[in-house]
Amino acid sequence: MECYFDHVATNPLREEVLEAMMPFLREEFGNPLSVYPLGIKAREAIENARAQVAGLINSKPSEIVFTSSGAEANNFALRGIALARQYEGKHVIVTRMEHHSILNPARFLEKLGFTVTYVNPDKYGFIDPDSIKKAITDETILISVIHASPEVGTIEPVKEIAQIAKERNITFHTDGVATVGNIPVDVKDLGVDLMSMAAHQFYGPKGAGALYIREGQRIIPLIFGGIQEGGRRAGTENVPAIVGMGKAAEITKEELHRKMEHVKKLRDRLVDGVMKIDNVHFTGHPENRLPGHASFCVEFIEGEGMLLMLSAKGIYAASGSACTSKALKASPVLLSMGIPSHVAHGSIVFSFGLENTMEQIEYTLEEFPQIIKRLRELSPYAKGWEGLEEGGTCIQKK
Amino acid sequence: MYTKEVMDHFMNPRNVGEMPDADGIGVEGNPVCGDVMKLFIKVKDDRIVDAKFQTFGCGAAIAVSSMITEMVKGKTLDEALEISKEKVAEALGGLPPQKMHCSNLGADALRKAIEDYKSKKRQN
Ligand code: FES
Repeated sequence: MECYFDHVATNPLREEVLEAMMPFLREEFGNPLSVYPLGIKAREAIENARAQVAGLINSKPSEIVFTSSGAEANNFALRGIALARQYEGKHVIVTRMEHHSILNPARFLEKLGFTVTYVNPDKYGFIDPDSIKKAITDETILISVIHASPEVGTIEPVKEIAQIAKERNITFHTDGVATVGNIPVDVKDLGVDLMSMAAHQFYGPKGAGALYIREGQRIIPLIFGGIQEGGRRAGTENVPAIVGMGKAAEITKEELHRKMEHVKKLRDRLVDGVMKIDNVHFTGHPENRLPGHASFCVEFIEGEGMLLMLSAKGIYAASGSACTSKALKASPVLLSMGIPSHVAHGSIVFSFGLENTMEQIEYTLEEFPQIIKRLRELSPYAKGWEGLEEGGTCIQKK
Repeated sequence: MYTKEVMDHFMNPRNVGEMPDADGIGVEGNPVCGDVMKLFIKVKDDRIVDAKFQTFGCGAAIAVSSMITEMVKGKTLDEALEISKEKVAEALGGLPPQKMHCSNLGADALRKAIEDYKSKKRQN
């Protein structure tokens, strides 16, 4: 049985979305800036998509700027606001829950002379609004807090933090890549100034993202050039991808509640079954989390081994273990939550989508415990972490 | 990303488990990613007659452990000391570049197990 349980990585493209895109990959190839009918068609398609995306997050269409990805939107927001407001202050606040596409631009800003505060979460991966409040200085111009973590599923109190920022005239950005299309997101209700999103997180194409920029918010472009996207993002538009993002947003809006109910049922069943296994810890917030997201740390074994054995059974999941990362470092998110690195080694994440079924969950609940058992038989710590320090010079004991 | 040999040794690891009457034990932690391998050897007339392992680590680390226990069996201690991390990786049909450090784990654990055997022997 094939079970794709890695929806935080990406989602398949929906058939209806592909169909909507096809004409723009074929005969409707016009440049949206052209004045003849081919160009007008392309331009109208983009404006239609803009309205569809705006509809999903309750913004005005004019507040949506299309980008090539969620990562670009994050870069755009951080760098664009920091540069636009640098003469008012040079302090930026982000959290340790952020994606690389926030953390790395933040480090870049430090090189440009900005000061960045990295706020720690609690053990559930939750950012206390008070800890943001405490980090604010007279110099603070920008706060960026992820809406929900793809690694541990925790949903952050973005509305409260946006309020704190607003009272102090600080621009507030949220990375909504993991939430838009997965839970209801209303930018007016949240009160955010900017929000990033990515189409492939809700069954749209890769190569399409967007940044919501509240009307009146000044920002410096990331890509300078022509007048596309109101001069805020130059480059001939990726019309098929944008059309796909719009269509995916429209469909998602209609079916969001059904999807949430569906994936939550699958998630709850999986969590129930997995938590019966010894020495498995649930990571992230128990209730306040993405509905289709389950994350654990399985003690005494390593994540890549689990992924490979699961994959041999047709089950595809993710891990934040050191061995699975290119940098060979345990996920900074897990470490910042206070999970010791040897426990983070056993990180495993399942994320569900519309096409998953209860049969797949039951199948996984048959296979997964056996995989854990097999890997534990190979582990020198099968009976516990005793003696951990004798070999692992770099592993600190619990 | 892994070769057929790596996947085979990972999915069906040879010589797994503890050896209560081991003559030498080597434990090595991997400072790069934090993994640990424990290697047990049984020695007779300066020849390794049996080897077992326990590994807390990635697929490559498990495959390396399994392969090295196969490679040392029947070898004299001097021959076993010649087994380098490159040789283990080669026997596995190669390792991805970012996984080369995992083969260190095996070679170093083996060296420690042999040292452990020798020092125990000296004490007797
Ligand atoms: S042992 Fe950690 S990457 Fe191989």
